[in-house]
Amino acid sequence: MAQPMRIRAKLKGDEVEAKILVQHPMETGLRKNVDGEKIPAHFIKTLVVKYEDKVVLESVLGIAVSKDPFISFSFKGGAKDGKLSVTWTDNLGETRTDTVTVD
Amino acid sequence: MKHLKQLLFFMIALQWTVQVFAESAPVEQGDIYKELIEDGNPAEFREMRGKEVWQQKAGPNNVSLKQCDLGKGPGVIKGVYVELPKYFSDAKKVMDLEQRLIYCKTTIQGLTYEQAISSPLSIAGHASDVEALVSYITAASKGMKMAVKLDHPLEKEAYELGRKLFFYRAGSHDFGCVTCHSNDDKRIRLQSLANLLNPNDAQATYTTWPAYRLSQGEVWSMQHRIIDCLRQQRFPEVTYASDSITALTMFMAKNAEGGIYNAPAIKR
Amino acid sequence: MIRQMTKSKEATLNLDLGKRDFLRLSAMFGMAAIVGFYGVGEVRAAEWRDVDFNAKNLKDTLKSLGVDDYTMSTDITVDSAEIAENGAVVPVSVSSAIPNTEYMAILVEKNPNPLATAFTIPTGTLASVKTRIKMGETSNVLALAKVNGKWFAASKEIKVTLGGCGG
Repeated sequence: MAQPMRIRAKLKGDEVEAKILVQHPMETGLRKNVDGEKIPAHFIKTLVVKYEDKVVLESVLGIAVSKDPFISFSFKGGAKDGKLSVTWTDNLGETRTDTVTVD
Repeated sequence: MKHLKQLLFFMIALQWTVQVFAESAPVEQGDIYKELIEDGNPAEFREMRGKEVWQQKAGPNNVSLKQCDLGKGPGVIKGVYVELPKYFSDAKKVMDLEQRLIYCKTTIQGLTYEQAISSPLSIAGHASDVEALVSYITAASKGMKMAVKLDHPLEKEAYELGRKLFFYRAGSHDFGCVTCHSNDDKRIRLQSLANLLNPNDAQATYTTWPAYRLSQGEVWSMQHRIIDCLRQQRFPEVTYASDSITALTMFMAKNAEGGIYNAPAIKR
Repeated sequence: MIRQMTKSKEATLNLDLGKRDFLRLSAMFGMAAIVGFYGVGEVRAAEWRDVDFNAKNLKDTLKSLGVDDYTMSTDITVDSAEIAENGAVVPVSVSSAIPNTEYMAILVEKNPNPLATAFTIPTGTLASVKTRIKMGETSNVLALAKVNGKWFAASKEIKVTLGGCGG
């Protein structure tokens, strides 16, 4: 089951700084388990960040993104208490959206 | 002759300089790395899970741990960790956080001792609920000063035993905690080794456990850290939540007195 | 050469049927097929494509991303510690000071698949992103930025080592 994210969105001057931490194994599909069998790949492929209805960042991720992915960036045009939502989808079709308000 | 002496002196000085550079530059790089990873700490996910575990009804008595007295009254978690280990009069012994949680699980929830200590340590890819619980409870002491007391005779005894264990050398490599942790400015590869006899290092170290270990992808408690240190020293396997670990913890926690607690942290 | 490369891709990659057909096509027509199918030079949406992420060296990755040519620029930065204590978690930030940067990608030259991650940057969002990537070994890390159809880049060598016993 997809686990909750930790999202922080802070207004700094006229920019909102977003820090996103996602719980996900980001398994490469290249590693082997103790029986010598390949551990199947399990990784996030896309991550979309929206402020209200506007997309503020779109990202594609490969197996080389670290476990529990972390993304931080800033955008203009946000305001305090505005809604920031993050949606990810992985290679097994799992998806999750979490929303926070700007601090 | 005089020139020869000068030359020799110069060469020694040069060698010393080169050594110092060779030692300090990588450690600086290690510090930069540490600073860069501090931003998003996945330990927060364990804290969230730990809160669930704390509130979950469990055991034959079907009650949560919210009645557990960790030293500041039933259910209080704020500030308890900076005063642990400590003497508990109901149990008549000095306990660290994990021993106390086991005590609560057996006395309040009605679990057997074996049930209370089942899978206490995270392994990569499998986070333990015990370490999640420890993350949740320790996080409630963030920003507070380390204030372990040695008032009770058994607290003093635990400290003294911890001190002995710290200096005790044994095993196939004649190793002890003291081998790596009693000198300033030592390192293994990129990692600086804390001198746990030096108050600054003792504070900086003790106040940053538990930590999310990047190399493991899991949070490790101080208990877990000590167990693994002893393994690396080639000691016989130490029992989880044993009194020896509590004693070592007592020694380190007391030496870190006055340090500002800031964990769960994030480390290599 | 192109034929060989495509063949090895087909043999090793686990692709769905559509992609398999596509690869057969490209085996016949060479790289021209890729160029034709996806239209090099168009603004790239955040679309996850096997061909980008499965490319096995820098040259093929750049080709797949539609980068014919790029200019090294001091306006682009790729930042990290010079030495990462753990290749599984290497903090990297990439940024572009060139106005209207619409897309940025992080490529690790010596990883089995160089493309690590890429970002589409809408107007109003700063072309500066921090993330964490895995590196198999010490390597150059390339930050690529696309501005008005042109590509700019910066590169930094990040050394990967093992740390001690964990503080």
